[in-house]
Amino acid sequence: MKEKFKRLFSGGLGQMTIPIIALALLVIFNLIRDTSFFSIGIMHNNDGNAVLSGNIITIINGASELAILAMGMTLVTAACGGQDISVGAAAAIAGSVFVKVLKASTAISGGTVVLAFLCACIVAMLFALFNGTLVAVFKIQPMIATLILYTCGRSIAYWINGGATPTVYSSIITAIGGFIPGIPVPTPVLIVVVMALLFRVLFHFTSLRLFTQSVGINGDAARLNGINSTFIKLLSFLILGVCVAVSGCIGVSRLGLINHETLLLDIEMDTILAVAIGGNSLGGGKFKIGGSIIGAYVIQTLTITLYAMKVSSTDVKAYKAIVIILMVVIGSPVVKERFGKFMARLVHGSKRVSVKGVEE
Amino acid sequence: MKGTIFQRREPLNDTQLLMTITIGIFVVMYMLAVILLGGGFLHAQQIFDMLNDNASLVIVSCGLTIVMIGGGIDISVGAVTSLVVMSCVLYLNKGGNIFISILLAVGIGLVFGLVQGFLISYMEIQPFIVTLAGMFFARGMTTILSVNPQKVDHEAFSKLRDTKIEISWLGYKAKNGNLVPARIELGVVVAVVCVILAFLLLKYLRLGRGFYAIGGNQKSALMLGINVKLTRFMSYVICGLLSGISGYVFMMHTGAGNATNAAGMEMNAIAASIIGGTLLTGGVGNVIGTLFGVLTLTTIKKIVVSSGLNDPWWQSITTGGMLCFFILLQSIVLGRRAKKKKT
Repeated sequence: MKEKFKRLFSGGLGQMTIPIIALALLVIFNLIRDTSFFSIGIMHNNDGNAVLSGNIITIINGASELAILAMGMTLVTAACGGQDISVGAAAAIAGSVFVKVLKASTAISGGTVVLAFLCACIVAMLFALFNGTLVAVFKIQPMIATLILYTCGRSIAYWINGGATPTVYSSIITAIGGFIPGIPVPTPVLIVVVMALLFRVLFHFTSLRLFTQSVGINGDAARLNGINSTFIKLLSFLILGVCVAVSGCIGVSRLGLINHETLLLDIEMDTILAVAIGGNSLGGGKFKIGGSIIGAYVIQTLTITLYAMKVSSTDVKAYKAIVIILMVVIGSPVVKERFGKFMARLVHGSKRVSVKGVEE
Repeated sequence: MKGTIFQRREPLNDTQLLMTITIGIFVVMYMLAVILLGGGFLHAQQIFDMLNDNASLVIVSCGLTIVMIGGGIDISVGAVTSLVVMSCVLYLNKGGNIFISILLAVGIGLVFGLVQGFLISYMEIQPFIVTLAGMFFARGMTTILSVNPQKVDHEAFSKLRDTKIEISWLGYKAKNGNLVPARIELGVVVAVVCVILAFLLLKYLRLGRGFYAIGGNQKSALMLGINVKLTRFMSYVICGLLSGISGYVFMMHTGAGNATNAAGMEMNAIAASIIGGTLLTGGVGNVIGTLFGVLTLTTIKKIVVSSGLNDPWWQSITTGGMLCFFILLQSIVLGRRAKKKKT
């Protein structure tokens, strides 16, 4: 018991400590504030389907794009030790391609949607390849390399749309962005589950996790051990590209239109935050995708909680910032070390003699 | 005598090399613009206009360059600028004093710098996360202060805003024959002073040399007896201070506060620093290069507009392309030098 206690407070529960505690705190806070916050009901939507409703569903549904992007971002962060800040812009491009292909066909059937998604995927992967080449081959820091696409990505999306914000009407698109008739769970949530399972399968049947971590921890050592670090980095970007295409298509399907300016706006920042809250080092190395997914839900819960407290959508950022800072301060190495020492002193009841420099 | 001037004892270091490339490309690009598009690019006013419009960006980029030389990053600068503009506008509209409004601007910037610097260097939290939170906070506070655009309605401030330095011999003849003198806003003077001070700080002061040291190799810097934590802290404080000043200059240029002020300025500032030859890994960079980085960015935009690519997307696409070019160029040049050193 004592040992467990100690582990928990010295952050020994592993990297999942912070996200789980944060999520738990948010849930408790909401329960105190409003006991009915987490009630789930069933209502009928416009099409007459019975669907789940309630704040939890809104949170889980709303965080779908973020969760999917966070999965891919975790991989890139782990392999390259940097972040892709162009995911929002790339998602706008992918969404534009998605709509463009749908618009080109006369009738929207299941086949055209698949085709459109594949096209979006290919385009997103091409841009990811561009980012990946800059990072892996030319050895440019990821943030700078992706700054290029961040600067011009949304303009490229605008260009693809020809300076308009086209809309698509189709029952299939509505089903992707909302509910499939007969299934009460929102479709984006199902897509997140599928993506998470795909990652699980990928890591189960390949050595990608090990390779990515070793490239992230020490690229040169990994190379000397026979791992093609350039390829691993490129691969992580390509996987992120797929995630970007998926989330871009979900974002488009939700509204049934592509707006290059507002589609997944500022999501790159939230994604990186989700990765960091998930306890992953932003400097690369070891990673847990589960942590990032929980991080994404933490952010969304926070946002929805603030909305429920009647904070306007533009003001949310300020409160979010305060919570973020509190969270990272609690999780910072300095505070952890001090607190761990304090707890140890409390448990042992006596001052421990520590030699300076031993821990270094 | 001749020998000492024309023969360098040592080859250019990375900072000087990248800066030289930037300045060279700026000059070539500007000359191309003059030859191909002519007209407006020949007037001195064109350069002054570029500075008038971008004085606050120059100041912000200087601060960012200092942070980046120290191996950090600050993405809150644009948001802080916007917050400063909004608070000063609201303060002045309540009938405030100009002197106190300047103190307010500098104070807000300083507070952001102090808090962020403390969290980053003493609490050892990743700079990206801290300054991201700072950016969110500043943007959120701006909209909490006012969602609607606010115009300054203050007599003394209007006088200050409209004060322009006029240089008649650099002016040009307008179509109706009148001589239009070249105009420089006060903000440009502030910006130039900031650049010079930052340059002197980086070149001659112990603190400035410390930035290069901790950015180049933190462990070596520690072993040399440099107070790494304090030095990093100071880099964020200076950056915050410059963001505050930049906010005031921004307000002097626009004369109004808006929640979307300075949107995307942090990325423009990062781009300007990179084009100016600063490496995000730290240890290499120069504020003079950054100044030319801002000018290069602006020249590209001007060229795009004057060459008739009027569709709204061309500006940022060409900026992105230019950024790509510079980043690749740096990577190749530095990669080659590293290879040469090894052999």
